Amino acid sequence: MNNNQEQPRLGLSNVAISFGGIRALDDISLAVMPKQIVGIIGPNGAGKTTTFNIITGAYRPSKGEVRLDGQAVTAKPSHLIARAGIARTFQNIRLFGDMTVWEHLMVAQPHNEFPLRRLLPARWANPRALRRAEEILEFLNLEDVKDRTARSLPYGLQRRVEMGRAIAARPKLLLLDEPVAGMNHEEADEIRQLMLKLRDKGLSILLIEHDMTFVMNLCDYLYVLDFGVMIAHGLPAEMRSNPAVLDAYLGHAT
Amino acid sequence: MMSTYYAGLLADVGILLLGALSVYVILATGQLSLGNAGFMGIGAYLTSYLTVTAGIPLTAALMMAAAASGLIGVVIGFPALRLKGIYLAMATLGFGEMVRSFFLNFEAMGGSGGFDGMRHVSLAYIWSWAAAILLLVAILERSQLWLEMRAVSDDETAAGLVGLNTTTIKVGAFGFAAAVAAVAGGLFAHHHVYIEPGNFSFERSIDFVLAVILGGSTVGAGALVGALLLVMLPEYLRFLAEWRFAVFGALLIAMLLVRRQGLLDRSLLGMFGSRRPA
Repeated sequence: MNNNQEQPRLGLSNVAISFGGIRALDDISLAVMPKQIVGIIGPNGAGKTTTFNIITGAYRPSKGEVRLDGQAVTAKPSHLIARAGIARTFQNIRLFGDMTVWEHLMVAQPHNEFPLRRLLPARWANPRALRRAEEILEFLNLEDVKDRTARSLPYGLQRRVEMGRAIAARPKLLLLDEPVAGMNHEEADEIRQLMLKLRDKGLSILLIEHDMTFVMNLCDYLYVLDFGVMIAHGLPAEMRSNPAVLDAYLGHAT
Repeated sequence: MMSTYYAGLLADVGILLLGALSVYVILATGQLSLGNAGFMGIGAYLTSYLTVTAGIPLTAALMMAAAASGLIGVVIGFPALRLKGIYLAMATLGFGEMVRSFFLNFEAMGGSGGFDGMRHVSLAYIWSWAAAILLLVAILERSQLWLEMRAVSDDETAAGLVGLNTTTIKVGAFGFAAAVAAVAGGLFAHHHVYIEPGNFSFERSIDFVLAVILGGSTVGAGALVGALLLVMLPEYLRFLAEWRFAVFGALLIAMLLVRRQGLLDRSLLGMFGSRRPA
């Protein structure tokens, strides 16, 4: 565990889940501190995405607990978990295909203050949401494509739109499932810079990634899963030389 | 002065427009309802009871019937919207038939003999309601809520994960649609001044869906185009005598093949409205 005394932003304690008698996750505990970028690595089928699905309430763990800022959010309805401050992206991008980039950034914004504004035209009813959408467009360099539908965009831009939608929901914790999969080095480096900026703005990030160099250069802390079991965790430098990790993960990798 | 023949047709258009809008609003959340004639029937009988038996003015009666039908829509919507796609379509179809057979056996309001005694309303009155609700839908279409409905329609899981309560959105749309369909029913009853359960059959629900698909299922104004086409086209095809419904059917199939989103869509609407600065 992170050897830190303050309260973690996200904490999983002894989480387990089985599918049809097969144990997909066994006794998983992890923590993400405020303003920390934490990685989950491991070979295919290790249970990384399953962990995300438990955090976002899609699966109910048979054992264990998920806490956000100390509050239990285990298996709550996903929209309540999102409103509590957890947003995510997907390994296979899931956008609203017929909606424009700008619409993605508007629809994800919480409207708690004046719910009735939701009934008025989005283009002028909520100046704050409009300003925030502009900020995110600028931050992700999506201004030129803001009126394009998500479906019509190339893969790399779709990934950024998905990240933008997650940011628009004003999360405290961002879950990114393979954010640079299929990207070249320059594109991946852009995403890395974005994540560092988000971290500096106060966000915590938990990410799943196969690209080891990317993870090593970015994460403050790593958890290593293999066959649903946490085989190691520690600083990236420690993981690089951990024999269990080398055996399980790097051993199989290219 | 307009001939009574055309006045009658235009009244049908206004009523069909409201029925089509009720389907459109549900469709915007990605669901298909084949039972909206059921809500129309509830609205027709309830409004007629309130004006004829209880002596309440029509406008107030329509509002009360809309509220009651909307409530029924919400109550039905909660279990029904756990179903998706074709299963939901079947369940709503079942609901429509259930309402029809309820009124068939409801002797207090005439049963199979129907119910009458309503005062005839003017074409202008029908179109005031139709235009007001069309305008309301047009405003809603530009709202944040509508974006949320489209998100739910596109990917419910992803919509939930950005904090949208997908159940409330779907059930709310269903309730609103039920209220709109009830207004269509109340106006129908006071236009024809006689109603019977057969007026609110499965075919009526299909008409609503057809109007939306024909006119344009991605914009509210498509319901207006569709309602006009659905009522007027068979009239203009009258010279074809018995063949006109076959020709109408062929036109419909051709439309679906060539232009799946229906006649009107956002880009076509944009050509009439404000052009984007280049």
